[in-house]
Amino acid sequence: MPYRPAPRPTWADVTPRAAWLSRRALLAGAAGAALAGPAAAKLAAQPSRYSTDAEPNTWDEITGYNNFYEFGTDKSDPRRYADALTTDPWAVKIDGMVDRPGTYDLSDLTKGVTLEERIYRFRCVEAWGMVIPWIGVELATLLNRVGVRPGAKYVAFETLYRPEEMRGQQRPILDWPYREGLRLDEAMHPLTILATGLYGEEMPNQNGAPIRLVVPWKYGFKSIKSIVRISLTDSQPPTTWNMMQPREYGFYSNVNPEVDHPRWSQATERRIGAGVFGGREPTLMFNGYAEQVAGLYAGMDLAKFY
Amino acid sequence: MALAEAINRGARRLPTAAIYAAGMVPLAWLVWAAATGGLGIDPVKEMEHRLGLWGLQLLILGLCVTPLRRYAGVNLIRFRRAVGLVAFAYILLHFLVWLVLDMGLLWQQALADIAKRPYVTVGMLGLVALMPLALTSNDWSVRRLGAAAWRRLHRLTYLAALAGGVHYLWLVKAWPVEPFLYLGAILALLALRLPARRAATAR
Repeated sequence: MPYRPAPRPTWADVTPRAAWLSRRALLAGAAGAALAGPAAAKLAAQPSRYSTDAEPNTWDEITGYNNFYEFGTDKSDPRRYADALTTDPWAVKIDGMVDRPGTYDLSDLTKGVTLEERIYRFRCVEAWGMVIPWIGVELATLLNRVGVRPGAKYVAFETLYRPEEMRGQQRPILDWPYREGLRLDEAMHPLTILATGLYGEEMPNQNGAPIRLVVPWKYGFKSIKSIVRISLTDSQPPTTWNMMQPREYGFYSNVNPEVDHPRWSQATERRIGAGVFGGREPTLMFNGYAEQVAGLYAGMDLAKFY
Repeated sequence: MALAEAINRGARRLPTAAIYAAGMVPLAWLVWAAATGGLGIDPVKEMEHRLGLWGLQLLILGLCVTPLRRYAGVNLIRFRRAVGLVAFAYILLHFLVWLVLDMGLLWQQALADIAKRPYVTVGMLGLVALMPLALTSNDWSVRRLGAAAWRRLHRLTYLAALAGGVHYLWLVKAWPVEPFLYLGAILALLALRLPARRAATAR
């Protein structure tokens, strides 16, 4: 599917009536939550046809098993240490080949958008998987708001660098700040979202608060967390893991059972939460999203562009 | 050397069975924790990693015995067999957890990983190197092989420890400190043996 520039929307276009209603629902939900206690969801979100039927992992699993090296390399470190991160106020700098570059306050950036619940499979490059009920908005919606200029071919993302709050950044484990990137057609694909919550709650810090990328057909490290910068470029941006080990982590990093990581097989995966005797299940091409995204890579040698 | 003497006196009173008993305590804890959900969100990896790490730690402990005697006058040689066998037990369990619980007995994929993935290959090499040592860790084998041949055979420990250290370093992502510390300790303990070896060949 070749990338077609979307028609330029006006602000009226992107703040439809439904959005206003959903914001009212959100307020009503918040009032309800105050009465009903913590069980009620805080973020109102529309269901989506892109959601999987698979049973989501538990809140505890999703928020207690994270690769977020900004808080430490152990998977339990982020839950332990991410409290130190302040996410309010939060600004996202949008620059490069856009019509309206600038530093946007997060609340302005997402003002009026309809949040959707996207229950996605999530596949880590380490050969484990989860199912996560994200809440977010299509990245394309926000990119259209700022206006993508015609020559742009890639989108680059950057995570916050704040070592005094992100203790993992005090050591040069990775070349901070964490950077990721997508081809523009990947970024504009309706499956690609910027997530601001999960399970009806605001995004927990350890999962990449307040706003993170989710690209469900790629290995998890592509879904960059705690984003402070989005740049539109005409050349492929450098990405953190690729810079560190180009043989192991390609720019594309699409989930592909036939292309192994040099140090381990990607043919199967363990489902987190399946228990001690859960065993393995086969990994699906593009993490099960082949029907929607295979066309993006038509004619490409995926063993070469891994 | 008063401290060394005190340790030696205490050690003489300690039966070797105490080492086996103490060595099983972490395993008992692990089984209990696994059964009661105490191993966190990914119990399989947790078991696998802990068993491997304990095995490596015990191998390193075993490598300390000779330098401790030579350089500090502390004689723990009586316990070395027990330490080695407990190390082997943990490393074997580490392998079995990988094969049965992690790989889910997918034989083809497991064999392919052993052949194709360098860190798995190196780990396997370490385990295989330990097998003849575990099998000959009894008085009968020492008598049968003769002390000199037995000692030569048991230098495979060096290979196994090195393989374990490399295995650990090779499997991690990014550059955390711990695997470097383990490999560094192993290299240092092996280096301590070089002067003695050189002196022995010069004689």
